[in-house]
Amino acid sequence: MTVAFYITAAIALLTTMRVVTHTNAVHALLYFVISLLSVALMFYLIGAPFVAALEVIIYAGAIMVLFLFVIMMLNVGEEHARQERDWLSRRFWAGPGVLCAALLAITAWVIIETAHPSVGHEVVGARDVGASLFGPYLIAVQLAALLLLGGLVGASHLRRHDRRTPLRTDGGKGGES
Amino acid sequence: MNPTLQTLAVTLGILFTLLHVAAVLIWVERRLLALLQDRLGPNRAGPLGLFIIVADVIKIFTKEDWIPPFADRPLYVIAPAIILLTALVGFTIVPVGPGMVVLDLNIGILFFLAFSSLGIYSTVLAGWASNSKYALIGGLRMAAQMFSYEVFMGLSLMGVVILAGSLNLSEIVEAQRGMWFVLPQFLGFVIFLLAGLAETHRLPFDLPEAESELVAGFHTEYSSMKFGIFFVGEYIGLTLIAAMIVTLFFGGWLGPAWIPAPLVFCFKTFAFILFFILMRAAIPRPRFDQMLSWGWKYLLPLALINLIATGALVLIRAD
Repeated sequence: MTVAFYITAAIALLTTMRVVTHTNAVHALLYFVISLLSVALMFYLIGAPFVAALEVIIYAGAIMVLFLFVIMMLNVGEEHARQERDWLSRRFWAGPGVLCAALLAITAWVIIETAHPSVGHEVVGARDVGASLFGPYLIAVQLAALLLLGGLVGASHLRRHDRRTPLRTDGGKGGES
Repeated sequence: MNPTLQTLAVTLGILFTLLHVAAVLIWVERRLLALLQDRLGPNRAGPLGLFIIVADVIKIFTKEDWIPPFADRPLYVIAPAIILLTALVGFTIVPVGPGMVVLDLNIGILFFLAFSSLGIYSTVLAGWASNSKYALIGGLRMAAQMFSYEVFMGLSLMGVVILAGSLNLSEIVEAQRGMWFVLPQFLGFVIFLLAGLAETHRLPFDLPEAESELVAGFHTEYSSMKFGIFFVGEYIGLTLIAAMIVTLFFGGWLGPAWIPAPLVFCFKTFAFILFFILMRAAIPRPRFDQMLSWGWKYLLPLALINLIATGALVLIRAD
């Protein structure tokens, strides 16, 4: 189990690195999906099957498809990949890279210092997750719901047609054609 | 019998049956559609035209396997495999008889939902990797259709989960000994049926490939066995949705005691596959915006009402 956990963690780290360094948006997104799947597997391995399933359904299955949808709509091509390559020059990523390495070192140190790293002690089922979400953490669920409602209202407002001006069907080119 | 051997036998049995069902469906769908449209269909090769399956397979294998030079090669090749893989893995949690299940997970329904939502990547990536206009529009439609219909696909099942008190599919089937869940959960059944049709992008919801507008949609550029895999994957996905409907709403393997349980299950599943083919012949394809607004404006609120009402009724009866 421990070996499986570390292999999955390594895959998650590698794919997440590729998400940042890849120049093609769709390929980077696919690495992101694999990274999310490995995180789901890690959740499963430490005894949280319900959270693992939700990770796949919501993040890998729905939100990433939404991202993919937007990238396909924008239809970014070779030009965008070139631009990405320019942005990935050393003087841009050196600073964040050093800081991230420091954080990683501290995390590793904390894990090593902790006498009993708690991994996979007990299995948390769907019922327990539901009971704690709608019990002690009810206020957090309600706050999240309010936040989502705000987003929904905002999206609806942005999309609203102004009924006084007719819809333009010429793609915004005016009377050019 | 040795438990390992039994699992192996069940696994191989399900895989064997599934791949054969996918093959036979080529013939069943064409003959049945022909019957419903007042023509004969393929009836020349072999008894009842059954050898059309062999002919089709030979044809599809010997065609030129062409990868367009403008396509994104790795994704183009991977895309068909994803749909087949996710549909087959999704089948592992379906119980075909008492104790006859590959993977008796305690989160069975969520496992099914997870793999059916991963299956979208196949069509969306195929549409993107083909790098052609029709394929891209097909892929975009698939993405929009899927995340609209997936939302209430999960919600429509929660009524069943409340009644059975479990996410495990074997326990859900056992909970239907008194009454099939289709009666108390009729609304949930209808919503799941529609969402399942959208999920498998079958007519009337085959807008991602709508051949009258988009040539063949997301698989326009595909040829030979890569196209064949899409085809097989679609049939297995269809069988999976039919099997899930039977498991969740129609009592799974439960039936008359003198018929073996797996046969009861197969019979019910096949009835739903025939129903899907009938839907294809009977109902025209809606416009894309109509389909999306039905999903968000009617089916999602209905699924929510169904969930709240079921929860309330169960609580009242528990008191």
